[in-house]
Amino acid sequence: MLSYTLRRLLFMVPTLLFISLVIFLLLDLAPGDPMAQVPLTVPPEVKERMREALGLGDPVHLRFVKWLVQFFWVEPMVLLDHLFGTGFSEGYQRILSWQTRSPVMATVAERLPQTLWVVGMAYVVGILIALPIGIYSAYRQYSVFDQAGTFITMIGFSIPPFFTGPLLIMVFAVQLKWFPTVYDTTHEIRDWNSFVFQLRQMVLPVMVLSLQTTAQISRFMRASVLENLNEDFVRTARAKGQSELRVVLRHVVRNSMIPVVTAIALGLPSVFGGAIITEVVFKVNGIGDQLLTALMTNDMPTVQTLAFLIAVLIVCFNLLADVLYGILDPRIRYD
Amino acid sequence: MTRPILRPAPSPRQGIWDQFKKHKGALIGGLVLALMTLGVLLGDMLWSLDPQALDIRARDMRPIYTALWDNGAKVQWSHPLGTDNLGRDILANMIAGGQTSMAVGWVAMALSLLIGTIVGVLAGYVRMLDGALMRFTDLMLSLPILPLLLIAVTLFRAPLHSTLGPERGMFVLIVGVVGLTSWMQTARIVRSEVMSLKQREFILAARSAGTRPLAIIWRHLLPNVLSPIMVSATLGLATAIITESALSFLGVGFPPDYPTWGKMLADAVSRMDQYPERVVLPGLAISLTVLSVNYLGDGLRDALDPRVWQK
Repeated sequence: MLSYTLRRLLFMVPTLLFISLVIFLLLDLAPGDPMAQVPLTVPPEVKERMREALGLGDPVHLRFVKWLVQFFWVEPMVLLDHLFGTGFSEGYQRILSWQTRSPVMATVAERLPQTLWVVGMAYVVGILIALPIGIYSAYRQYSVFDQAGTFITMIGFSIPPFFTGPLLIMVFAVQLKWFPTVYDTTHEIRDWNSFVFQLRQMVLPVMVLSLQTTAQISRFMRASVLENLNEDFVRTARAKGQSELRVVLRHVVRNSMIPVVTAIALGLPSVFGGAIITEVVFKVNGIGDQLLTALMTNDMPTVQTLAFLIAVLIVCFNLLADVLYGILDPRIRYD
Repeated sequence: MTRPILRPAPSPRQGIWDQFKKHKGALIGGLVLALMTLGVLLGDMLWSLDPQALDIRARDMRPIYTALWDNGAKVQWSHPLGTDNLGRDILANMIAGGQTSMAVGWVAMALSLLIGTIVGVLAGYVRMLDGALMRFTDLMLSLPILPLLLIAVTLFRAPLHSTLGPERGMFVLIVGVVGLTSWMQTARIVRSEVMSLKQREFILAARSAGTRPLAIIWRHLLPNVLSPIMVSATLGLATAIITESALSFLGVGFPPDYPTWGKMLADAVSRMDQYPERVVLPGLAISLTVLSVNYLGDGLRDALDPRVWQK
């Protein structure tokens, strides 16, 4: 198991390097000029000095290495300093946003909780709804429940979040006035009433995001349970006279969870991607919103850092999925 | 004693069609998709109003069906689905927008199939390339697609505008980035199919008869991997349409005076409490197309699986 995990960990290094290179080159080759907003009255030599002050004077490979060092060495040290009050990062330059001239990570740290809160909640809710649906529709294959479940998951697959979002706002926020239309991120939880308000404003974005999760995970669960229901060990369990509930929960579901757990781990990053749209619809100022604003204002360091952060998330969850699969199913460890 | 009734085994084509007919959802899905495609293709012949024509006096018309429950609604038979805030006809815009969305979907899907099939066949057939190509596919799969698409479209918009014109430039850009980032699943499926086909006797026979590798691939391998390719084609069409609409929705898609379903939806969101139909109509069009494509893919997967219809 250890060598399997180590091998997977080692493969992460070239993957991350490749992704960072792709993102870096994409941004570098793109013909956006950060000096485009500077008035024409500024003389060219001053412009040149400003360009150098932004760190654009060096050749490409130097800037790439510099950025890597900042991302993988300086920023983690800042985090350490912040957590333990040490002084490792003094004297190092952090990744600065061109737009606000402050460290990118400071803004990310402010905005990440909003995204995590909504996305994480949506994911948990989606999974909790999906698992029972998947199990039951496999157990009663081709029943009315299964047909309806298939239809609903197909709809969940097919209706994009930028349509479900406005639709839900229209029905539940505008017509019925049950929930607020926008997500208020400045809201603080102080007492019971404000807690209820927080819950109410989370309902719609969580619904939009979890619809897709539910569709995917319940499909997976259904297929996996169907495969296991005809296995010999299930027949053995029934022959031993165990109750039907016990057969399903103990023998079928536990074995069916193996591929589903990896699907859950693999699906989380794509939810982060989808969260960009949901954040725009509900005006949540999370990292998706930050990425869009940075793109519109040509703020390259922020765009780079955010895109790469999402990539790191994807790679980490891929690793997690692989390792989980190895733990749950010893057959695939090949050691 | 009754003699067993001997029937000739169904031919593959007949078997596929019989199985496909059994899947009601797939039949309806295929029909709806065909109707939608025909509708946007022939629509501007039947409804010849210019989607860009401004008619400021007839602006903010409601669709004709609102008159059923609201007597005072501003409706007119000349604009059956109403007009927008500049008086442009919504039906004409839906048709024009559908043409763009469908064109982007079909072309991007074709591009991603082409790349996916080439990579898959090469990796499956040429052992030397297998490791490298599949590592590359894995790497591509771990890229954050939506953020990268956003970055690529925003940054490369201006130069393509100036070289190819605003509409064509955007079309090439969106089709290119969607095609380049969605071929990985096809490649994986095609590779595994090719790997198992390669071991079969008919390939060995072809090789011992002196058939060149390219001819083996073209004549013997490709026809046999056609069914998984078709299934992933339906998935690709759905993804491409949704991605284009998402980019338009986020405001980085086609130029402002160029309608697509995603952009019509995005433009209408700010006033959806007064004119809900402007959100619902394009949204329904997108969802219906994708839903029918998904059902079609589901049915195709069942029908093209020989294990199912040979029973």
